[in-house]
Amino acid sequence: MTVIGWLQAALVFALVCVFVKPLGAYMARVFEGERVFLSPVLAPLERGIYRLCRIDADREMGWKPYAFSVVAFSLVSFAYLYVLLRVQAFLPLNPQGFGNLAPDLAWNTAISFMTNTNWQFYPGESTMSYLSQMAGLGWHMFVSAGTGIAIAIALMRGLSGRSASTIGNFWVDLTRTVLYVLLPIALVGSLFLVWQGVPQNFAVYTTAKTVEGAAQSIPQGPMASMEVIKELGTNGGGFVNANSAAPWENPTGLSNLFELMLIFMIGAALTYTFGRYVRNQRQGWALFAAMSILFVGGFTAAYAAEAAGNPIVHALGVLGGNFEGKETRFGIAASALFATMTTDTSCGAVNAMHDSFTALGGLIPMFNMQLGEVVFGGVGSGFYGMIYYAILTVFIAGLMVGRTPEYLGKKIERREVQLAILAALVVPVFALIPAGLATVLPAGLATLNNAGPHGFSEILYAYTSMVNNNGSAFAGLGGNQWWNVSGGVVMLFGRIAIMIPVLALAGALARKRAIPETVGTFGTTSPIFVVLLIGVIVIVGALTFFPADALGPIVEQLLNQQGKTF
Amino acid sequence: MATSQEPARENTLRHVVTSVLYTVVTVVALGLVYPVVIWGLGTLLFHHQAGGSLIVSNGTVVGSELVGQNFTKAKYFQGRPSAAGKGYDPTATGGTNYGPTSKKLIDATKSTIDALKKANPDASGPIPMDLVTSSASGIDPDVSPEGAYYQAARVAKARGLSLETVRSLIAAHVTPRQLGLLGEPRVNVLELNRALDAQGASSK
Repeated sequence: MTVIGWLQAALVFALVCVFVKPLGAYMARVFEGERVFLSPVLAPLERGIYRLCRIDADREMGWKPYAFSVVAFSLVSFAYLYVLLRVQAFLPLNPQGFGNLAPDLAWNTAISFMTNTNWQFYPGESTMSYLSQMAGLGWHMFVSAGTGIAIAIALMRGLSGRSASTIGNFWVDLTRTVLYVLLPIALVGSLFLVWQGVPQNFAVYTTAKTVEGAAQSIPQGPMASMEVIKELGTNGGGFVNANSAAPWENPTGLSNLFELMLIFMIGAALTYTFGRYVRNQRQGWALFAAMSILFVGGFTAAYAAEAAGNPIVHALGVLGGNFEGKETRFGIAASALFATMTTDTSCGAVNAMHDSFTALGGLIPMFNMQLGEVVFGGVGSGFYGMIYYAILTVFIAGLMVGRTPEYLGKKIERREVQLAILAALVVPVFALIPAGLATVLPAGLATLNNAGPHGFSEILYAYTSMVNNNGSAFAGLGGNQWWNVSGGVVMLFGRIAIMIPVLALAGALARKRAIPETVGTFGTTSPIFVVLLIGVIVIVGALTFFPADALGPIVEQLLNQQGKTF
Repeated sequence: MATSQEPARENTLRHVVTSVLYTVVTVVALGLVYPVVIWGLGTLLFHHQAGGSLIVSNGTVVGSELVGQNFTKAKYFQGRPSAAGKGYDPTATGGTNYGPTSKKLIDATKSTIDALKKANPDASGPIPMDLVTSSASGIDPDVSPEGAYYQAARVAKARGLSLETVRSLIAAHVTPRQLGLLGEPRVNVLELNRALDAQGASSK
């Protein structure tokens, strides 16, 4: 580990912190329909969208209509992308003449982008037309991120002091998120990335005659416009197979810093927005503190493991950190940082190949996801994941002292705890059971790239990533019908089976009257709460996944130290 | 925010119709207009980068600053091992994806080390890690400065240049960290090789 490496990480985190308050306060104003500095430009566009889509912006929704809207829009957007991918060969903006996707791959990909996962069983540069990239995948990156944020906002309304039967209007929340938050940052950010070297054009691939006289086909395309929303919306789907490791998507140290900042930016700022909603900024800062501690812990472990390197390679006479599957311009620190941040959130973009990380270095991203991606998290989904844990924490604390638990003045009763537990069960059920199946089915094992415990890690990582809607991979794993179909199902449940309980929770909490704080209330802004919250997150994650992790990365680390290969 | 209450029963069909309209409107705005606007502005402001940072020589595209190339001859500096297609194929980006206990990884690393030592008998100092490990993209355009200096003696010999000339050329092509902090110091292999060729020095 080097001082420069730590400074690089510190600078990224400092930039994230700088934006927490201004962006968080701005988002609170946006979501409550107040005028902001962009209103003169965007308000007419916003009204135009409502008029064209016949949306009654003044209509408030209870949690059920809200959930219906989410589900209906998800279904329609899935169907649209599925059809687009199946017919892309007949449509314009396809200069390379790529064919239509097979049904199972289109199913997997359409669910993947609808659920904000962006798992990719295809190499973009040799599969996707420009139209599919921008009007299919890129469009989904905006609206699936917007949907996640909308649901987080609905939950914040439920947690805020008011007592109501409604939680907002999905279409308004989605539109305002996309127009006022995502689009302005994407516009400025895209140009920043073009400046750093990310291409943006619609040209046919360039054929170069290399210095040694060979022909080299160089991909082109509208990359910058997709790159920025890929990180900002914690989507993670790369224009090309190598994702942010490819020099087109991430050409310099500065572009890497910028992309990292984007990954955390909205998730971190939402904690401040939350403080606004509950009229107590310390509630937001408590969540921010817990997230920050988990982030620093994860990065430290990943960086240490990668800097220590691979003892088997050291034995060959080459000393240094683990550099397999990493890019020269990023080095080890920025690669470990990217891996940590992309799995703290549901982003899943990569600037190095996680499959080639050391066993412990690869365990950190996997464990981050197993915790439910609550460290700043997916835009929106990280926040509501954290609220589940906060509810579990006050419940457990309530059991310890024998009082009815409450959070933010709202009594946490049977229904709330049931919903939180239901959501907490989705991840292990849809990660571990399919992973178990894949290890015994020939079709599940057919496309592994590694043998021994690392092969099992590839399977475990895949389902962990898909159920958490992350989308990063131990990318040696290839796709086939088993993986396409089962992966699609897992991603779908990972999204819907968590979102609907969140909205039910929002509805249930919204109806409750806030009760005043008393001396017996367990404070949720104290360091004790933060420590307890971290404890609950780590223990739930560890207890659930430790047996599986032990068979994969943990045993591999031990065998690696002994010089065993497979 | 909103004022009126929703009716008790929400029509399911209405949700679907709204979803379809919303998809059409936003696909046009976010999926078509937005990337075209970025294309227009990006091309206007940063023409070279928006076009893929291509390197043109005598009217022919010889490559891109962003994309590494396969170099095999002794007189050229070589980039890192590549898992992209048959090597440095930009239409098949990616790494080896071999894990730390992969026998294939260790075997490949072993033979890369042997080949590197054989090709650079006059090299001094430890073997640079980046020259014996595959990059993540398979088209990594850079090597570390150590990786370039390691090959200096071979290149100098093949071109009949003094070691000092080659070393100073490397030094002139080291890209430092941005703002002294971001990224790692590196040498763009394609640009270094083009500079060598441009010197017009005799080659074998």
